[in-house]
Amino acid sequence: MAANYNFKKITVVPSGKEIIDIILSRTQRQTPTVVHKGYAINRLKQFYMRKVKYTQTNFHEKLSAIIDEFPRLDDIHPFYAELLHVLYDKDHFKLALGQVNNARNSISKTAKHYLRLIKYGDSLYRCKSMKVAALGCMCTYVKKIGPSLAYLEQIRQHMSRLPSIDPNTRTLLICGFPNVGKSSFMNKITRADVDVQSYAFTTKSLFVGHTDYKYLRYQVIDTPGLLDRPFEGRNIIEMCSITALAHLRTAVLFFLDVSGSCGYTVAQQAALFHSIKSLFMNKPLLIVCNKIDLQSLDKIPEDDHKLVMEMKSEATKTLLGLGGDPNDDGVLLTMSTLTEDGVSAVKNAACERLLNQRVEVKMKSKKINDCLNRFHVAMPKIRDNKERPLCIPQSVLDSKNKDAPIEKKKLERDLEEENGGAGVYSASLKKHYLLADDLWKEDSIPEILDGHNVYDFIDSDILQRLEELEKEEGLRLEAEADDDDAEMDGVELTADEQKALAEIRKKKSILIHEHRIKKSTAESRPIVPRKFDKDNKFTTNRMGRELSKLGLDPSSAIERARSRSRGEKRGRSTTGRGDGVMDMDVDQPSNKKLRLRSRSRSVMSSKKGGEIVPGAGFRDVEQKNQALKIAMKSNKQRNKNARRGEADRVIPTLRPKHLFSGKRSIGKTDRR
Amino acid sequence: MRLEKCWFCSSTIYPGHGIQFVRNDSKIFRFCRSKCHKNYKMKRNPRKVKWTKAYRRLHGKDMTQDATFEFERKRNRPERYDRNVTENTLKAIKTITKVRADRSDAHHKKRMSGKKSIALKESLKELDQSIHLIRAPGAVELDPSKIAPKKIKVTIQQTQETAPMEE
Repeated sequence: MAANYNFKKITVVPSGKEIIDIILSRTQRQTPTVVHKGYAINRLKQFYMRKVKYTQTNFHEKLSAIIDEFPRLDDIHPFYAELLHVLYDKDHFKLALGQVNNARNSISKTAKHYLRLIKYGDSLYRCKSMKVAALGCMCTYVKKIGPSLAYLEQIRQHMSRLPSIDPNTRTLLICGFPNVGKSSFMNKITRADVDVQSYAFTTKSLFVGHTDYKYLRYQVIDTPGLLDRPFEGRNIIEMCSITALAHLRTAVLFFLDVSGSCGYTVAQQAALFHSIKSLFMNKPLLIVCNKIDLQSLDKIPEDDHKLVMEMKSEATKTLLGLGGDPNDDGVLLTMSTLTEDGVSAVKNAACERLLNQRVEVKMKSKKINDCLNRFHVAMPKIRDNKERPLCIPQSVLDSKNKDAPIEKKKLERDLEEENGGAGVYSASLKKHYLLADDLWKEDSIPEILDGHNVYDFIDSDILQRLEELEKEEGLRLEAEADDDDAEMDGVELTADEQKALAEIRKKKSILIHEHRIKKSTAESRPIVPRKFDKDNKFTTNRMGRELSKLGLDPSSAIERARSRSRGEKRGRSTTGRGDGVMDMDVDQPSNKKLRLRSRSRSVMSSKKGGEIVPGAGFRDVEQKNQALKIAMKSNKQRNKNARRGEADRVIPTLRPKHLFSGKRSIGKTDRR
Repeated sequence: MRLEKCWFCSSTIYPGHGIQFVRNDSKIFRFCRSKCHKNYKMKRNPRKVKWTKAYRRLHGKDMTQDATFEFERKRNRPERYDRNVTENTLKAIKTITKVRADRSDAHHKKRMSGKKSIALKESLKELDQSIHLIRAPGAVELDPSKIAPKKIKVTIQQTQETAPMEE
């Protein structure tokens, strides 16, 4: 049984070339590839032997798979065996499989042979050539069976498309001349969609459909039409239907076209019937007269009528043989697939006959006792003589008798369609709410209010609680009012004190602010010495202002500060001047020393002295002084800001190309 | 649709805001914003983080026990809809929230009640210590009115003897 349905699961049979490619590439990938002639001889031998062995194993596997998956004609149901024979020629099939088997065996033999040879190899070259020969030999075998493999692949493809017929279950077989209406009948009773056309041999192979009767599933097989020919002259298509007739245990429906619109007379059809009636042994037979809408059975000519009655009597014989009722009218039936008149009657009759026959057979078999043991109808023990008839409620009887049309309840879906469809109408979910008052059904309430969930507050006795709360609140407010009255006003600051406090706080915040600024810029900005103060912070005026703010008289302090500074300056200048004037006349070396010394103050001395060095480019002292003044001025601002000056190191180009480009022949270039 | 509370800071989470985290033991943590979420991931205890409601309640900054909190409770059993009850509830919510706000204000006031005296003491101390920033200590020369008045001890003499003299 299992083999029947595995036709769809046979793996694809690759062509000869493909097999060779697959296996050789697999050998290449899955075995070690590196070998040198310096290796020990055992290792070399092992290497090549492994390759040969691996290839042989793979070929064996692949070919075995093919052989095993194809069905053995002897092991499967004779119907399928016969069918396969009819379609593909049993001999050819067996031959192809045999060839594959032969190839498999020869491959194993060659592998063994060459393995033995490699064992006696003495160099890498010899072992290698052995291996090459072995693989080549194996591949030649596979190449030789190429056509067989192609044939097997064709068969496999066709087999997978055979209809899955279960030979052991309840089956109805439809047979008859071409164009009598077998396929139409099939379409009517099952869900199969068989092609129905006006030309003969529209159906070219067997088709299976399924139908139900009395909660059981029946297979219905539609066959291609049979012509009245001798058995040997039949073609493959007809042989299919003959096979089905011969091997399947079915109920046979022989179709008869009484109108002759199929192109064949009743006589021809009767002849066919008689020629294949041997195949109807032990099968419930039904003769079905189709197309009675074109020609009723009563109105056919006398000869045809006689033929039909003959057929009927034959069919009745088979019926008798199976122990059926001879007067049963189930042997000859009429119907019309076009008007659907009598179609279900035919189906029911056929199914009934088949079922009875199967049950009878089962009853007569030995296994029935086992089955009977499992059936038991429980009957209640009779207690007393009281009669207990059936009790069926009156409403059930009424409804059965009435046959009134059941009123369809209006569904929500209908309502939706009425009101505009799915996108337009939205069902009211609140329709069936059970509330104290029906007017409340369509109420919409806010779920959130002022940042609170309304549902958290809902309580049936909320009013009462709210009252209590309000009472409490009232009491609390009164108590608070009393407390407020009793609170004392403490001592407060006077206006003067408040002003002074405000000033103190302001001063403090200023100090903090300045400190923070100084702290944050301390690293990025250098602290400018006092003599370059640009904000005029260190002036006597400012000092005076600050002191007077504090409440002191600044005048004396200012005078002191001013007098001290002036005195120093005056003293310094006189000594400088005196030195320069004096020493220029008298001493050369001391002049030099002084010049060296005074170079730190060269600006000042030259201002006053007016020395013109020839070749310096100045016309006279005036011009020189002017030039010096301009130079000083330009530096002034920069110095005050304590920025980088001329004397500070300057890199004209930060990334000169010659340092940052080029390769090295050896070493890295991240330092140059 | 429900307004939830943030697990970390206890603020309300409106729909469309925040993240919900479900732990392997199926406990749900809801966060109102990534600040709370990140704090949670850092394993910070909301009771120690100053700006959360949990801290404030624990340290008595905010009101904890009150009758108004009992009105708002998550009820797991739905009640049958009654229009009157709902109307009353909606009106009640307003008054309840007002009462609650008033009470928390009172609580806050009570908490802050001692502040004045402390502030006064501090200002006096500051005046005393930092007066040198705006007044020179020995400055009597320029403007006596600008100086903070020095405290001079004056002993009040008995004038009873003079009275009979006049007489």
